[in-house]
Amino acid sequence: MTAGTVLTDDKIPNNVNLSGDKRLQRALEAWQPAFIDWWKTMGPVGWQQKDIFLRTAVSVETDGWAHFDYVKMPDYRWGIFLEPKVEGRLHHFGDNLGTPVWDEVPGEFRNLLRRLIVTQGDTEPASVEQQRDLGATAPSLYDLRNLFQVNVEEGRHLWAMVYLLHTYFGRDGREEADELLQRRSGDVDKPRILGAFNEPTSHWLSFFMFTMFTDRDGKYQLAALAESGFDPLARTCRFMLTEEAHHMFVGESGIQRVCKRACELMKADANGEVRAQGGIDLPTIQKYLNLWYTLSLDLFGGEVSSNAADAYAAGLKGRYKEERYDEHKLIGSTFAMDVLREGKIVHEDVPMRTALNEVLRTEYIKDCQRGVDRWNKTIHDAGVAFELKLPSNKFNRQIGMWSTLNKQITPDGQIVDASAWAAAAPSWLPTAEDETYIKSLMKPVFEPGKMASWIAPPLKGINNLPGDFEYVR
Amino acid sequence: MVTSSKLLDTDDPMDPVTNEPARVEFETHPSRYKHWKLAVDGDVARLVMAVDADHPHRPGYELKLNSYDLSVDIELADAIQRLRFEHPGVRALVISADLDRVFCSGANIYMLGLSTHSFKVNFCKFTNETRLYLEDASALGGLASIAACRGTTAGGGYELALACDEIMLVDDGNSAVSFPETPLLAVLPGTGGLTRLVDKRKVRRDRADVFCTTAEGIKGKRAREWNLVDHVVARTKWDETVLARAKAVAAAQTITRGSAFALPALGGTVATAGAVDSLAYRFVRLVVDHATRTATLDVTAPDAVEDPDAIAATGAEPWALRAFRELDDALLHLRFEHADIGVVLVRTHGKHDVVRGCDEALAKSTTGFAREVRHLQRRVLKRFDNTARSFYAVADAADSCFAGVLLELALGSDRFYMLLDDKGTIGVSTSVANAGFHQTCTNMSRLEARFYGDPGKVDAILRRGAEGAIPTEEADKLGLATVAADDIDFADELRIAVEERASLSPDALTGMEASLRFVGPETLETKIFGRLSAWQNWIFTRANSTGEHGALTLYGQPERPQFQWKRT
Ligand SMILES: [Fe+2]
Ligand SMILES: [Fe+2]
Repeated sequence: MTAGTVLTDDKIPNNVNLSGDKRLQRALEAWQPAFIDWWKTMGPVGWQQKDIFLRTAVSVETDGWAHFDYVKMPDYRWGIFLEPKVEGRLHHFGDNLGTPVWDEVPGEFRNLLRRLIVTQGDTEPASVEQQRDLGATAPSLYDLRNLFQVNVEEGRHLWAMVYLLHTYFGRDGREEADELLQRRSGDVDKPRILGAFNEPTSHWLSFFMFTMFTDRDGKYQLAALAESGFDPLARTCRFMLTEEAHHMFVGESGIQRVCKRACELMKADANGEVRAQGGIDLPTIQKYLNLWYTLSLDLFGGEVSSNAADAYAAGLKGRYKEERYDEHKLIGSTFAMDVLREGKIVHEDVPMRTALNEVLRTEYIKDCQRGVDRWNKTIHDAGVAFELKLPSNKFNRQIGMWSTLNKQITPDGQIVDASAWAAAAPSWLPTAEDETYIKSLMKPVFEPGKMASWIAPPLKGINNLPGDFEYVR
Repeated sequence: MVTSSKLLDTDDPMDPVTNEPARVEFETHPSRYKHWKLAVDGDVARLVMAVDADHPHRPGYELKLNSYDLSVDIELADAIQRLRFEHPGVRALVISADLDRVFCSGANIYMLGLSTHSFKVNFCKFTNETRLYLEDASALGGLASIAACRGTTAGGGYELALACDEIMLVDDGNSAVSFPETPLLAVLPGTGGLTRLVDKRKVRRDRADVFCTTAEGIKGKRAREWNLVDHVVARTKWDETVLARAKAVAAAQTITRGSAFALPALGGTVATAGAVDSLAYRFVRLVVDHATRTATLDVTAPDAVEDPDAIAATGAEPWALRAFRELDDALLHLRFEHADIGVVLVRTHGKHDVVRGCDEALAKSTTGFAREVRHLQRRVLKRFDNTARSFYAVADAADSCFAGVLLELALGSDRFYMLLDDKGTIGVSTSVANAGFHQTCTNMSRLEARFYGDPGKVDAILRRGAEGAIPTEEADKLGLATVAADDIDFADELRIAVEERASLSPDALTGMEASLRFVGPETLETKIFGRLSAWQNWIFTRANSTGEHGALTLYGQPERPQFQWKRT
């Protein structure tokens, strides 16, 4: 073993007693070089030797998770952090309600749990891969820095999941950890597990939509896993949630700035022609919203799912903020939802446990709506009469019961025939021309304080730094 | 009176108690398939599983993710049969799926949950027979098969793959082969999967143990290492690799095939009169009497000796094929539609010499067509052996014709009642068909099985048979009759035997008959039907699978199963 691969608490900030855990050290020492290799070949293209003003988590204390400094990305200290253990924690939902939570993986649920962790873990490197070319076309240094912040933190999330696999799942866990570095987003032969993580994030509009909608799915999945009766998973996810909030901020504020710019340009031009002035018009923003929102809805899985029921019953995955609810066994209760019966949409009561994917999706939709409301306020405040809308949860679905009517449900949730749908589709979803246009706008702006033509500046800098701060040097 | 094909249509009458279709149509044609697409290109045929979720065998569930039920399997069985007769140029069959990331997710679990016990058992038996037909087509018909699994291959889906000669699995970091039955449903992979893993593919038994308890299955390199699959192939190389393997497998076939023969529809005629249902074809007639829970099965010989090739060349169907296809269809109707029938009296009609002549002609012919007819007869006779009813063969009339291939029915029955008539008209005849080419699933002839451990008796019968018909008295001495009685006793003897049989527990009889019928050493086939199915059927009736808190009952439900922890 070379000196370079010795992992110390200093190299890997952690609160899991890494230096005292020989088994974990040995596993990570084998995995870490593969991770660095992966980062260099599949992480951000270029920029690896630049100083980036990044936030690093160095402890779980209030001041420890947001330590700002210039750092070269390959030297970023990917750490392993779990929220501190709460002594005496009990299962607070499912069939084991009221019994002590597990510190070790129960054999009975080993495979189910491993699948949950691998599926979550797979999304982390996937998004880094999806975003790897974006550095070349950043609209500002501020945005460039935010991109890299998101990327290194997704890398850290991968570490968090790999920590769980290495520590609790033996040889199988190590193999799964290796495979997390072998699958590739969008690769025909070795695709990432979930659909949305194989879609190209080929420009910044998609990046902002991704961080707004797809990272928000991550938030809800992590929040549900943060309820887990497998305590190490719960503690890991709780800490990851603090970072995820920043990713969604990047997305939500990014789109807000694009909207703001669109409104400015509409007013600047007599005909309100946004594209003529190098901006992204609101109807185009709506199309990308439709695309990424629906791709992200798919990530919650089937509307009626026995896997979801099993995971809840076993106490492995709860609801979003489980403690807000009164009832935590969910036997005999139901959830009223739209279902597809013989080609028709009907509202029906579904046994609650099997409806839990839909329950989580419903929470997610509410959260997305709050973000869209803020965008609409920006548009409204700018004096423009236009409203962005979340399309129906049945529109453009590739997974779940609505996927059978994939090309027949309108953004309003109406079933139409396939030819009517196809005729209207170019006004609902991005076309090849839209893609070409958006890409034509993607000219990098690397001068401190300057912005690309299609986006307004942020309200304030990172860590309250001035607008012309040199985030990347 | 309604012809059976009319009953195919959408508003099938349902059995009011089970809500299963009161009548099942086993006859189909590629032009009517709902769940498969069959395409033939030179020496390679492709059978693409494209299960239509909205057309299950009975209402109450959807056939999602290429899950299957009886309606899917009936079409598969039809396709395999037709490929053998109608597409002799095809040497390799590629079975694949129309879905992007799923090959087949196995038997539909909700269907199993809704079905009666007897339906489940018969469904499993039928699917097992169909899987064996794939292997039979490869071993004896010169038609090899490849399972091209480009996605999740679970449960019965993997069992289907196991019945093929080669299994190709896509190596996409995600798709696995799996047997989730035990960990998820508390039942077994009931379609030969366990047996084929260790007996056919020689998967090490401890690895098989791990595999069968890992719900998510095994993928990629390890699936190959453990010999769960033969090839793992990247998505980008998929189509070309599958085609290359299909071509290679086709080229390796050495059995010559015949000329094409289009299988005509059977079009049996059903009729009901009070408690009696009848199903009549050209040569076979099944009459079931629900009042006495008995049935009669009559098979008639042709009028004259037939040269099967000459008849087939005119497009007509020779008796040797037609009669056995009819018998096959009748047996399936008996199994699925008449659970209450316990005893079946088997009678034959015609001239011994005609049947012997037909057998000789069939045996002598070296054409691929004739060989396929012989194999079909053998498969149908095995279906007969495997039917859970008490069969009593009865030779009690002057036109009784237990000769040659029809004598196999008497030898396959549980008992053989023969009338001793004064003139010695009634008797049996042997032919080449009794001398080895109709092997049972223990790879013996029915005569060898009857006189297991005593080959001298078999020789004596065949030698005597070569001289001509063997009258009842002599047949009895040679050990062919169970009961030989004269006309004073015969009718009563038979009546009492039938009434007595009909009064015994159907469950005990099924077990007893199955144990006595399959004499001799075990084969893959006997293990699948005898051991695997028996365990599966036991498990199906246990609380841990189908009780109130059983895993099968609660599958897809919000509650988790609760097991009773006692081992037997
Ligand atoms: Fe993440
Ligand atoms: Fe994220």
